[in-house]
Amino acid sequence: MKIDKNTINKIARLSRIKLDDKESEDYIKDLNSILDWVEQLNEVNTENVEPLSNISSSILPKREDLSNDSNSSEEILENAPDKLEGFFAVPKVVE
Amino acid sequence: MYKSSLKQTLKDLDTKKISIRELNQDYLNRIKENENLNVFIHFSEDNVLKQIDNLENDNSAKKLKGIPIAIKDLFCTKSMPTTAASKILENFNPTYESFVTQKLLDEGSIFVGKTNLDEFAMGSATNTSFFGNTINPLSKENEPLAPGGSSGGSAAAVAADLCLGATGTDTGGSIRQPASFCGVVGIKPTYGLCSRWGIAAFASSLDQAGIFSHNVEDASILLQSIAGFDQRDSTSAKVDIPNYFENLDDDLNGKTVGIPKEYSIDGTPMEISQIWEDAIKVLEKKGVKIKNISLPHSKYALPTYYIIAPAEASSNLARYDGVKYGFRSDEIDSLDEMYENTRAQGFGREVKRRILIGTYVLSAGYYDAYYLKAQKVRKLIADDFNKAFKECDFIVTPTAPSAAFPLNEKQNDPIKMYLNDVFTVPASLAGLPGISIPFGKDKNNLPLGIQILGKHFDEQQVFNAAVSLERSYE
Repeated sequence: MKIDKNTINKIARLSRIKLDDKESEDYIKDLNSILDWVEQLNEVNTENVEPLSNISSSILPKREDLSNDSNSSEEILENAPDKLEGFFAVPKVVE
Repeated sequence: MYKSSLKQTLKDLDTKKISIRELNQDYLNRIKENENLNVFIHFSEDNVLKQIDNLENDNSAKKLKGIPIAIKDLFCTKSMPTTAASKILENFNPTYESFVTQKLLDEGSIFVGKTNLDEFAMGSATNTSFFGNTINPLSKENEPLAPGGSSGGSAAAVAADLCLGATGTDTGGSIRQPASFCGVVGIKPTYGLCSRWGIAAFASSLDQAGIFSHNVEDASILLQSIAGFDQRDSTSAKVDIPNYFENLDDDLNGKTVGIPKEYSIDGTPMEISQIWEDAIKVLEKKGVKIKNISLPHSKYALPTYYIIAPAEASSNLARYDGVKYGFRSDEIDSLDEMYENTRAQGFGREVKRRILIGTYVLSAGYYDAYYLKAQKVRKLIADDFNKAFKECDFIVTPTAPSAAFPLNEKQNDPIKMYLNDVFTVPASLAGLPGISIPFGKDKNNLPLGIQILGKHFDEQQVFNAAVSLERSYE
């Protein structure tokens, strides 16, 4: 078993997702079965194979160095759950 | 009530056989009659009427003027909220318009509403949406069927004739599989053909926008409208967009079709193998040379995909933190508590599963064994196609391993659900264009789909083969 209680807690913490005990149990089961299933990739010989990260072969075109202003901070803040004096607001982080 | 193809409707509007208002009023009525299908996450009659008013006062010539189009609720729209079918984006009102929807607006089309999908496009049945399941319009009474997914709402909208076309996105089959389940045409173009600007990101190296329509001609008209270069998407391609519709040519004489032997999978229903054979026979009669090809790494496409897609998703979805937009939990004793509770309560089960698996395969000590390994296998899969396309002009396969299945049938077994994408995922990994067209029925009279794959940016060949098969089948 690759994923145990400790590992799932660690991943959940890295993902910033709180899990209850029941969820942890379920995800341990799910993730182990998925990882067992993807294990079959080890059959494939990938020696000297370059990893493919971008399928697009196009060369990045340069754009003209012009400024543009498409969003106003006021508009963007409309969607914020909490805001204060033109900024996003979050719970206090320093004492 | 008016019912027709996009091509015919454009003619009827042009000759004043029907007005923009009459046309859209019929579509509005049909949408209201079909509310039980739960096709739309957002629908506002007033909004549609306002768009009609605006167009009636607009004298300029526009290619899609007055045409009712449905938009997958993954595209940011200024005039309507955008949720990605997630609680975490409930009440999000984008401050900008996605590239694809802006193109459609510039052409004068009318947005009838935002369609349902699997949460953040993660699923194959449109059953992971925070806003409930969409029902396949082809369902019999009391036996609701899944519309496929993730773009199930858009596929169902076209199938129930609630619009003349719809946008979708396809990461591993999310346009082609629901098109097959709902008996409509769905095309995922080459990666990079349509800008991803303004589409909520799932797996950025795979996500691509595309089109659902009633037939291949309509798809060729609509795809041309949404394609194009955009500097705000660094993977957007600077290629000439041909007039696919004007160039449609159903004469395939002398062309070569590739038939990949690896797509004959144990356990595929007889009916699926049968329509595949039927399609090949039709092509043979049209003078197409049949070439057996091999894509030896196809069997590794699904596990490769289910490492790469969750890895990219875990990174992309980090932005949903309860700070900038959308939902924030009430339990916020500290900043970390706020993040963890917001994401725990805001994401659904499948999305959390994928974020967790993606975080695991990217975490220190596992990156090489999983993510890097998958990227290398992806290279081999892409190379298989490159080799195959030296010997053929296009490839024909089934779209999905089954017809539409009952709602919620496979919900508890993630791997079983993932197998739905077995025929669509390889081309996604290789970034190739693919279309699904209805071709034949199963024993319950449900539609089945044939998939046609083409070379990079050879959408024209894909359309030509598709229109040829479609015309021979009708």
